[in-house]
Amino acid sequence: MDRQPRSLQVLLIAGVIALAAFPLVGEKFYIQFITKIMILAMFAMSLDLLVGYTGLVSLGHALPFGLAAYALMFVSPEAEGAGLGWSLAAAAGVAALASLVVGLLVLRTSGIYFIMVTLAFGQMAYYYVHDSKYLGGSDGKYIYVRPVLEIFGWKPFDLENHTHFYYVALALMAFVYLTIRVLLASPFGRVIAAIKENEHRMRMLGFATFRYKLVCFVLAGALAGLAGWLAAAHDGLVNPEMLSWHQSGQLLMMVILGGMGTPAGPVLGAAALKLLELGFQGWTKHWQLLLGGFIVLSVLLIPRGLAQLFEWKRRG
Amino acid sequence: MAEPALRTQGLQKHFGGLAAVNDVSLECHVGQLHAVIGPNGAGKTTLINLLSGDLAPTGGRVELLGREVTGLAAHRISQLGVGRSYQRTNIFMKFTAFENCRLAAQARLPSSMRFVRPAARYREVNEAAARALALAGLGARSDTVAAELSHGERRQLEVAMTLATSPKVLLLDEPLAGMGAEESARMVGLLRTLVSGHAMLLVEHDMDAVFALADRLTVMVSGTVLASGTPEQIRANAEVQEAYLGEGDE
Repeated sequence: MDRQPRSLQVLLIAGVIALAAFPLVGEKFYIQFITKIMILAMFAMSLDLLVGYTGLVSLGHALPFGLAAYALMFVSPEAEGAGLGWSLAAAAGVAALASLVVGLLVLRTSGIYFIMVTLAFGQMAYYYVHDSKYLGGSDGKYIYVRPVLEIFGWKPFDLENHTHFYYVALALMAFVYLTIRVLLASPFGRVIAAIKENEHRMRMLGFATFRYKLVCFVLAGALAGLAGWLAAAHDGLVNPEMLSWHQSGQLLMMVILGGMGTPAGPVLGAAALKLLELGFQGWTKHWQLLLGGFIVLSVLLIPRGLAQLFEWKRRG
Repeated sequence: MAEPALRTQGLQKHFGGLAAVNDVSLECHVGQLHAVIGPNGAGKTTLINLLSGDLAPTGGRVELLGREVTGLAAHRISQLGVGRSYQRTNIFMKFTAFENCRLAAQARLPSSMRFVRPAARYREVNEAAARALALAGLGARSDTVAAELSHGERRQLEVAMTLATSPKVLLLDEPLAGMGAEESARMVGLLRTLVSGHAMLLVEHDMDAVFALADRLTVMVSGTVLASGTPEQIRANAEVQEAYLGEGDE
């Protein structure tokens, strides 16, 4: 596995310092805005594990994300916060379990069929939630009190405080990033990269490739679940749109825009898309047209994504 | 004699009405190179596919080291000690020669469901990969990306990957295909050094190489075995002369 170019390492360190320092100077609106970007970045990184590293283009990644969000809503009592540790574990667990069930079925296909069946399962979950009264139907449901971490009466932070929330999101994003980096360097990571390159040859070498793809699918689902838990906790609201194919599609766009199969790509993609959205929205009500145009242009001009712009030292 | 490393009995593969392989029985011992020759369409590659598990036979049985493996999946057969190289080069083009072999060696870990320790720190795996590369004569090309290797080197890499899985049985499908004279000579030398520790089944069109290397020969024509024996017996066989060897250059 190739190391990151020096330029990207510098960017990474500068980015972490800037993110850590931002709440000292930023207004509440922007602190919450960047919190949202970090949540999406985690979510996009989990998708990139499938799309960029294993070659599995999923158009149903909103499913584990959305189910984890609903899991938090489901376990949250009306008047107090759910326990942070176990509600996070429950959310990631639900996401992983759903990914296991879906993965067992969809991983029997590949290419365009894989895209179609992941989309189909995502939409099934969407319509189920959309039409279920006990889950709030099309309006969704509120989570009135955010999860609480309490260790023997000591509360290290309060998620009701937007700055505290910001740092928790930053820490979880760093966790997801490092998890994926460690994973990719491990024997397991080499296997999935080689499956992307030549799955038939991997089978001939004696690897039961289906199992590796399934484990990867479940891990990506669990990481998406962390993001889903965080999104629900942040917004204090879950609704079926979290599970919709728009969500999956937008996420895929972030990964492609940022650079598939690059560690920094999904983060750059999530940030770029959200910042452009904000910028264009303040400018014109036809902002989606501008955003679409930008994406078309960027795919044409920088096909390997924004991360490519920072690779000037690697290739001549 | 000891039990053969590889034995087939009455092996069959029908594609609809076509018998691509029909009633093929052969044996291969460790330390022996068994060559399968025959005109195009004789079913040689299909035979290898049946032995490696790429295809499931429609009849007959395959035994590996005394154990029946008929119809097992390809990855199971590979784990039991069969290494195969392909007629058309089948490698990881974007990876370095070393990484190609490292993956092959990694396949011999009991499991690659290992998520934390970096792959680069698995010393036994790295050593097996380096050994296989050196044995195949590619030690100096370790860090070259496979796509940048010459055709001959890619064929060598293919063999190196097969070796990195430490197989008992080697199935080699036309390892000399498309090679120049110099590259061919190098590959023949390599194959000769490998015979001592392996049971080798070789499918090859280059008759000079086949007769130089083989301990036993099986001649296939339209899916069936026409003759089987030592190189001398095959050379002297009138039927073979007529069906196959005669029309060529000898």
